[in-house]
Amino acid sequence: MTIFVGGFVFQFDGFQKKAAETMKHAHGTTTLAFIFKEGVIVAADSRASMGGYISSQSVKKIIEINPYMLGTMAGGAADCQFWHRNLGIKCRLHELANKRRISVTGASKLLANILYSYRGMGLSIGTMIAGWDETGPGLYYVDSEGGRLKGKRFSVGSGSPYAYGVLDDGYRFDMSVEEAAELARRAIYHATFRDGASGGVASVYYVGPDGWKKLSGDDVGELHYKYYPAVVEQEMAEVTIA
Amino acid sequence: MECVFGLVGDGFALVVADTSAVHSILVHKSNEDKIMILDSHKLLGASGESGDRVQFTEYIQKNVHLYKFRNGISLSTAAAANFTRGELATALRKAQRQVFVANPYSVNLLLAGYDKDIGPSLYYIDYIATLHKIDKGAFGYGSYFSLSMMDRHYHSGMSVEEAINLVDKIIMEIRSRLVVAPPNFVIKIVDKDGAREYAWRESIKDVDASPAAMA
Repeated sequence: MTIFVGGFVFQFDGFQKKAAETMKHAHGTTTLAFIFKEGVIVAADSRASMGGYISSQSVKKIIEINPYMLGTMAGGAADCQFWHRNLGIKCRLHELANKRRISVTGASKLLANILYSYRGMGLSIGTMIAGWDETGPGLYYVDSEGGRLKGKRFSVGSGSPYAYGVLDDGYRFDMSVEEAAELARRAIYHATFRDGASGGVASVYYVGPDGWKKLSGDDVGELHYKYYPAVVEQEMAEVTIA
Repeated sequence: MECVFGLVGDGFALVVADTSAVHSILVHKSNEDKIMILDSHKLLGASGESGDRVQFTEYIQKNVHLYKFRNGISLSTAAAANFTRGELATALRKAQRQVFVANPYSVNLLLAGYDKDIGPSLYYIDYIATLHKIDKGAFGYGSYFSLSMMDRHYHSGMSVEEAINLVDKIIMEIRSRLVVAPPNFVIKIVDKDGAREYAWRESIKDVDASPAAMA
């Protein structure tokens, strides 16, 4: 890997190259968010992994930007935490300057523009910005490639295909908060079951007109007994040796 | 995967684009509008990396508007096409001097417009800043099908009905022959009455019964 800085050529050695690559592939996560009748539901697992090693089972992947807005974390943990904190500062300054809270549209674009300006420089972020503003519930997907999508239903991370499978199937717009939270929890659980890089606890947040609220945080090991269909194990039989 | 194509008909030009937002094997969104209405009589269909696509087309749109605010008249379609090409070309050269960034804008564009004196026109602009005035053109994987089909069935002075029939034929061909075919398309038209959305061709609806239609 060769990098040009102000006319000088920097050559990465083998270790640096490998370090940069492992950082990039720290995508062991399942996060999801969706808009429904009552507002937005945001949910995530809590596992952090470094390659095959599980470095933590208690990571807060749902970041509280302010009382009305949440961000999710997938990709590089440091990148996500730093830029969400940075976004939180910018949102607060907007609030002080304009005497009103920033819209979800505005906040997500703020973040997307920052990430776009750093594109190709190694940031690794896949996030959803969810919240409630003057226009009602809002949800955006933003990533470090500079992409920003408005939508009703997103899932990000290595477990996202599994989560989508459960989410797309169970989703209805007119769910109650309880039904929606149950669906989100289930989707995270099933993702952690199939995706080795996701696990720990499934946290579920709800954002309504009065701001966000944490609804639950369940160990997926416990959820297993609740969600996975019980299988009657086959009895072992004696084998007579002839 | 990405399909953008367009053609010039009798008194109008149209642009068609798929509406999928894809990340590796995942379709994050199937109703992403990739055709920007640049100003009252211009359409800009774009394909390319999502970040570049949005940033670049918004940048062009804002500058086209700025020109109108400053001078009181709109850019002609040809002028807008040349401006866009110029921006792409300068950014391309800048890349060689800039730190880290390899390629500043990976976007391919189809610019359709209608001018009072000239009539409808269509411009092909690719990511290495090639500019061509054309009467039919395409980008992306869909281009393999749409180019040959337009070569076969296109003729000058097509009516809106004929053109839409051809567009539907092409969409059906893409859906049936392309492995990574996108499910949904949007068709936009520009003529003397302005630039507007004409229709959507959806084979997958977003699974929700939401009353408030969200773009």
